[in-house]
Amino acid sequence: MIDLTELTIKDAARLLRLGSVSAADLVTAHVERIERLDRHVKAFLRFTPELWERQAEEADRKLRAGDAGPLTGIPMAVKDVLCVRGVETTAGSQILRGFKPPYTGTAVSRLFEAGALMLGVTNCDEFALGSSTENSGYFPTHNPWDVDRVPGGSSGGSAAAVAAGEAIFALGTDTGGSIRQPAALCGVVGMKPTYGRVSRYGLIAFASSLDQIGPFTRSVDDAALVLSVMAGNDPLDATSSERSGGEVLNNYGAGVKGMRLGVPREYYDVQGIEPGVKAAIDQAIKVLRDQGAEIVDVSLPHTDYGLAAYYIIAPAECSSNLARFDGVRYGMSEVDAPNITEAYMRTRRKGFGAEVRRRVMLGTYALSSGYYDAYYLKAQKVRTLIKRDFDQAFERCDAVISATSPTVAFPLGAKTQDPLSMYLCDVLTLGGNLAGLPGISVPCGMSEGLPVGLQVLGPQWGENLVLRVARAYEQASGVKAEVASFA
Amino acid sequence: MPDGWDVVIGMEVHVQPRTRTKMFCGCAVAPLNAAPNSYVCEICLGLPGTLPVINKAAVEACLKSALALSCEIPRHTKFDRKNYMYPDLPKGYQISQYDLPMSVNGHLELNGRKIRIRRVHLEEDTGKLVHAGDKLHKAWESFVDLNRAGVPLMEIVTEPDLRSADEARDYAMELRTLLRMIGVSEADMEKGQLRAEANVSVNREGSSELGVKTELKNINSFRALHRAILYEVDRQTKLIESGGAVEQETRGWSEAEQRTFSQRSKEFAEDYRYFPEPDLPPLEIDPDWVEDLRRTLPELPGARRTRLTSQHGLSAAQVAVIGGDRDLADLYEGAVAQGAPTQPTANWIVNEVAPTGKLLAPQHLAELMQMMGRDAISRDQAREVMPIQRPWPTTEAGRSRRCRH
Repeated sequence: MIDLTELTIKDAARLLRLGSVSAADLVTAHVERIERLDRHVKAFLRFTPELWERQAEEADRKLRAGDAGPLTGIPMAVKDVLCVRGVETTAGSQILRGFKPPYTGTAVSRLFEAGALMLGVTNCDEFALGSSTENSGYFPTHNPWDVDRVPGGSSGGSAAAVAAGEAIFALGTDTGGSIRQPAALCGVVGMKPTYGRVSRYGLIAFASSLDQIGPFTRSVDDAALVLSVMAGNDPLDATSSERSGGEVLNNYGAGVKGMRLGVPREYYDVQGIEPGVKAAIDQAIKVLRDQGAEIVDVSLPHTDYGLAAYYIIAPAECSSNLARFDGVRYGMSEVDAPNITEAYMRTRRKGFGAEVRRRVMLGTYALSSGYYDAYYLKAQKVRTLIKRDFDQAFERCDAVISATSPTVAFPLGAKTQDPLSMYLCDVLTLGGNLAGLPGISVPCGMSEGLPVGLQVLGPQWGENLVLRVARAYEQASGVKAEVASFA
Repeated sequence: MPDGWDVVIGMEVHVQPRTRTKMFCGCAVAPLNAAPNSYVCEICLGLPGTLPVINKAAVEACLKSALALSCEIPRHTKFDRKNYMYPDLPKGYQISQYDLPMSVNGHLELNGRKIRIRRVHLEEDTGKLVHAGDKLHKAWESFVDLNRAGVPLMEIVTEPDLRSADEARDYAMELRTLLRMIGVSEADMEKGQLRAEANVSVNREGSSELGVKTELKNINSFRALHRAILYEVDRQTKLIESGGAVEQETRGWSEAEQRTFSQRSKEFAEDYRYFPEPDLPPLEIDPDWVEDLRRTLPELPGARRTRLTSQHGLSAAQVAVIGGDRDLADLYEGAVAQGAPTQPTANWIVNEVAPTGKLLAPQHLAELMQMMGRDAISRDQAREVMPIQRPWPTTEAGRSRRCRH
């Protein structure tokens, strides 16, 4: 008997097309598993039966009519920062409690049109600010491989849902590593596209120049498929590229023979990297070399400054993006105050958690008159240098490979008292956001019984190269994204 | 202006270009009496997850205005966020332009003098607050109407080149004439399509040191602009003469009390924390596009007045009237083209047509002028004939209130 909650999209779609199972069967299997497990994992914030019932019915009708799309009948989970019409969407924050958007964002709309079903909304760090999902305004999510550990973040709920067999795929957003890092910590595939590849329309913004939407899946093929459906120009997002979405698939099954893969020494020897993680990466490098890739040594000399620049730029944009949460039009409202300033302060003090308030203050400071040049402008210059680092590296190689996270999943509460140690979780991923590059994390073995992720970063618009390396590794290594076996 | 004092005025004028839709979304621009919050969408409401997209028609209107004001159009321009929180500002920031505006360094000719234009840039309007109760500080409840939120605005900023209340008013009226003529806006002050703010300072005559300026707001008509500046100049000179000092502040004009009052002192000036709008890529303005737009501009009032003087030999007083109104200028040139004599026709328009505001067909005026020239009819008879002649269909600008100097 096949467990319907452990399938890849590809396998589930085949069973659906063959008529072996129906979309309704798939939904039922997932709902049952969620009922059994999610009280331990806590991946979901809320469920959307009103959507999945209608969508499953329509999917089964289309399947019977032979009119199925690539995702028809496939159950997904959606991070709580992506607006879906009529579905409470709160960005993991109390300040948006009860907010139901009157519109659906572009990426989710495209997946709906391709036939995907929505099971529910997944937990995340409040406004996607965090690396462990412990900053959620509701509750922390637990790692399915060890429920005493974090799933990573900020898209921890989506990563955990896929890892726990609670959804076949899920959507996350990545601003400094928020898809790749939880994918690594939960042992699933997670992909961040090139900035501009997927429309941000409907994504509740954290840092507009860094945010991208991407998939969590159980295989590289699945990630490629979901990405290709979401990608492509959107007239509602002026930063979305004119390039066709389909090009992400170009030749991505060709294998790595003859490709040159760079190992940035600053990433390879990053401070605090765990020996078990390093060993898994060494093994992955060997697998890729055995497949015919040439491994070259490259350098990203400004890596150390990237973290500092990121923690200026992201909070600066965040402070502005979050100004609209003022209690006047929607969400939490403490307007029964003596004056409007007091009403703002009461609403925001009550509605925002500590990390959000910290970043809003940091960002406001960095943009203030007299400090702008020293902080924001300088950070933008560093950003240019980081881009140049990557440009120079890509003159010597087709893609770069490294660990996704220096560590495996850490215990809940281990870093909550020390924001700086939490910020270091992103040290290997945020360069890709600053430079706007595509990146993926694929499972590459275990360390101390916990998953390790291999990160592949490619040049701008080089999703196909990134997928190609990741797929070659996945095929050759035999390491698959498994559903955690804790239950 | 008061003896012994120099007055220095700079103007910031906001003009709503005539566009079908708002600056960054597809919402129609609301008519004047639309029900509150009936011309809004998720984008101009600033709902989470929404993004702006630039309205090309607004950019075009801004570029045309800039060209008509002889501005330079830099190749690169961008939008910035101006951050401040207020209930009429749905996103908590206004999308405006900071250090790379759409255009710079222009001028507007006013009574033979060049008033320098520092910049013309584009931004979005805010919503409107309606307070229950007669005064803001006593209001027990306030309502937000976001119909206007996101409507495009051009901000036209002069250098401090204006020297009197008369000149400031004339500048604003001339600007309106120009914008109507090039068809980018009705620029009707009563409808809020043109809003003027004046920065006013005074200094002892001949002194090279500028005085401390105050910024005048809440000005709803050309008359109010004139009076507010007269009041403010008087207030400032008296204040200094009595040993006081002008404080840098924003002052509102009270129409009811006919005086300015302090709204906000510089001490509490906001830090807007401008930074480049990350949701909008920088704009590259194609010089070919600019040239195409330049070719679409009609003859501008300045050029027309020059031509009326040099080619037709009209006096400054005649040009002030005829050159200040597109319909009168068209009537004059139309009649002359059909054989009417220049000087008598100009005089007739200044003395008989302009005061009544009733236009007639150029060919009828030409016939009338020729008949008077032959002494076939007297002036009085011509005056009687004129109103019963078929009225000439006028341009849209001509139907609304006319601009006269």
